[in-house]
Amino acid sequence: MELTSPTEFAKQKVLAVQEYTRMTARSIGDLFRKPVYFADMIQQADLIGVGSLPIVVLTGFFTGAVLAVQSANTLQRFGSITLIGQLVSLSMVRELGPVLTGLMVAGRNASGMASELGSMVVTEQIDAMRALGTDPMKKLVVPRVVSTVFMLFFLTILSDFVGLAGGLFVSKILLNLDARQYWSNAWQALVFQDVFMGLVKPLLFGFIIATVGCYYGMTARGGTQGVGRATTQAVVAASVLIVVTDLFVTQFLMNVLSYK
Amino acid sequence: MNAPTLPLDAVSTRAQDSAVHAIEFQDVQLAFEENQVLRGISFVLPFGETKALFGVAGSGKSTILKLALGLLKPDSGRILMLGSDVTQMREEDLFALRAKIGIVFQEGALFDSLTVRENVAYRLIEEHGFDDPEIERRVREALRFVELEQTVDKFPSELSGGMRRRVAIARAVITEPEVLLYDSPTGGLDPITSNTIIELIMKQRDVYKTSSLLVTHRLQDAFTMATHQFDAQTNQMRSLPRGQYCDVPMSFLVLRDGKVIFDGDVHQLAHTKDEYIREYIS
Repeated sequence: MELTSPTEFAKQKVLAVQEYTRMTARSIGDLFRKPVYFADMIQQADLIGVGSLPIVVLTGFFTGAVLAVQSANTLQRFGSITLIGQLVSLSMVRELGPVLTGLMVAGRNASGMASELGSMVVTEQIDAMRALGTDPMKKLVVPRVVSTVFMLFFLTILSDFVGLAGGLFVSKILLNLDARQYWSNAWQALVFQDVFMGLVKPLLFGFIIATVGCYYGMTARGGTQGVGRATTQAVVAASVLIVVTDLFVTQFLMNVLSYK
Repeated sequence: MNAPTLPLDAVSTRAQDSAVHAIEFQDVQLAFEENQVLRGISFVLPFGETKALFGVAGSGKSTILKLALGLLKPDSGRILMLGSDVTQMREEDLFALRAKIGIVFQEGALFDSLTVRENVAYRLIEEHGFDDPEIERRVREALRFVELEQTVDKFPSELSGGMRRRVAIARAVITEPEVLLYDSPTGGLDPITSNTIIELIMKQRDVYKTSSLLVTHRLQDAFTMATHQFDAQTNQMRSLPRGQYCDVPMSFLVLRDGKVIFDGDVHQLAHTKDEYIREYIS
């Protein structure tokens, strides 16, 4: 394998960031330009949203459940076991729901987008599309971005809900707590800022997942091996970006929303 | 073979201003990083003519087709397609020009998630100007032209390599383009299938008078095209007597090291003194 000089490596990375930025900017701009591929958006929403339901539901439920199991021990020591609903709801709605749903959808869909678009690139289908008078950005990228942002928002709400149900399951069955008290605690703990933060994040994460997946797919080179590489890179980059973005968005929103 | 049924109106009314060529390359240069692929390519494709592009692998033949279509931009030089300078046009403006051009990619480049019907109808569906019965009629016509009407509901993965190329030809000709670009349409195919495809290209040239650029590695295909003509009456190609070769609107272009080393007709090619070309065609 040929070694790349540090300068060349840095140049490639800067160029990649530039290309990614251009692509994301175009995908936003193309939202407001005709033609709008509404049927493709619906199809992608089905693939991304409905297709991700099982993993999101399972992940959400068991995360809520394990959160209850883990925190029960500590809370019991302080005699505050009744606060378990509060802990589960705040953790799920503010942090774990959006992040875990984002990571799950990234694993499933960023890879899918990169491999699908990458295969189209290496088999000249993207060139054929351009030759046939269709803009691949509008036809392929924009519907994926719109659908992922839209569906991740609702998937996160669902994940939050089943996470709370998971916490309830553990509280009721294993810890013998009152279900009504659990729900009441969980509900009352949430304030506007928590819900707002929990719903802004999936919009950003959805955008990251789709644009990263599409970017790696559209820039895939080197045959099937290149497609495989693009697929892996898309999942890794999207997952890391989600986690990094989460920190900055959390901090930013905490300042903006005057969290106490 | 069944008689072709594609309408000819567009062909007869085509504007063929003598000052404007179907394609014109003017000193086109292109490099991919360190690799200089094209070093000042200049040639002209007149209306109604087919030009076969030869050259060893990596000599830039497919790149020329992509440049002609505006899929790639040259580093310098001008490319005029139907009189429009594609090097100066924005991608959005190129889409309108590309509606007048058809291309058959090396491996067909059919959309593998769409059926043959959807692939062939792709452009008509995207243009939104046609109702479903009209689209169906034209898809059937185009598929009948390549003798694959029975594959209309199949997916590309269910077709053989030769059938995929023929579907790609149907997709390229459905809008009756003024210029057709063929990228190794017979590459990797058996001689019988290759012959069928060459006959289709010849039919497009002689019956519909479509200008085309044909990238090929197979010399025999290009020579067949230069020495035969498609007979619309019998719906078959027929061999021409030696003296009538010049009646065929066919020329040859040979590339070497990113430059044009030959541009002429079959006679000039057969009598060239260039050692490299003689070795290439021998």
